Amino acid sequence: MRMAEAPIVCPVIYQDKCNGCGLCVSVCNCNSLILIQNVIVYIEASQCGWCTQCEAVCPTGAICCPFEIVFEGN
Amino acid sequence: MAVQVEHIKSIPYFAGLSSAELESIKSLVFEVEAERGKLLLLEGEPSESLYFVVSGAVKVFKTSADGKEQILQIMRPGEAFNEVPVFDGGLNLATAQAMGPVVIYGIKKENLETILRNHSKVALNAIRVLSQKLRHVVSLVEDLSFRHVNARVAKILLEYASDGSGDRQRLTQQEMAAMAGTAREMIGRSLKDLIDEGIIRLERHRIVIADKEALKKMAGMVA
Repeated sequence: MRMAEAPIVCPVIYQDKCNGCGLCVSVCNCNSLILIQNVIVYIEASQCGWCTQCEAVCPTGAICCPFEIVFEGN
Repeated sequence: MAVQVEHIKSIPYFAGLSSAELESIKSLVFEVEAERGKLLLLEGEPSESLYFVVSGAVKVFKTSADGKEQILQIMRPGEAFNEVPVFDGGLNLATAQAMGPVVIYGIKKENLETILRNHSKVALNAIRVLSQKLRHVVSLVEDLSFRHVNARVAKILLEYASDGSGDRQRLTQQEMAAMAGTAREMIGRSLKDLIDEGIIRLERHRIVIADKEALKKMAGMVA
């Protein structure tokens, strides 16, 4: 039996907060983001390396990179 | 691309100026384009111009002798950087690096002085911008001096760590900063310290606590 692949965890986008400035797209190291109709969307979530630069530059909090915090072995 | 009045108008330094004033300033502004990673200024080097971000983002940071980076501020469109050496004639206080493709406008020191003499509104705007920056820097100094941030971050990590059962709550660096009562830049620095000490490690979207006892000690949770 083939194991189901775990879903890829993506940064969270709040499209209603996005002002279309495109700063996140410009700093994204892995070209995972683009603007469509002036709103941020993913194109390649699997390539996202979770550098959190998009979160750092976003002036409106429209994209964020939450971390799960776990103990070793869990 | 040529320098545009529309961009100059959106810079807080030039707020409230008439179209004629903006046009006269335009002739003193030059444009620089840079790719991701390009160093725009180097700490300790002389420089002759004040810069404004037009598009993209610029990271302004200092580096310690052992290579640790402390981000002072991320500059977004409209924001200025490199005021200190331009106004006091000293060397660059920090390094500035393009975080992606950027367009910046620059004004040479001697031209800036001409602008300040001819447009008192720009001088008042400059004082306002510098005061806001001083407020930000004082807040960073407070955090760095009292050195409680690592302990607060350690405590937050322990409180929010999952033992594998139930829902796993997730935290952004921004949320950790709000909880710790500090700037986001300080959280990045604290996490880096914890990684360097082998207490935690990052696995993409996961913070793994590798040494729970050491983290507890850092949080002041053990006698």
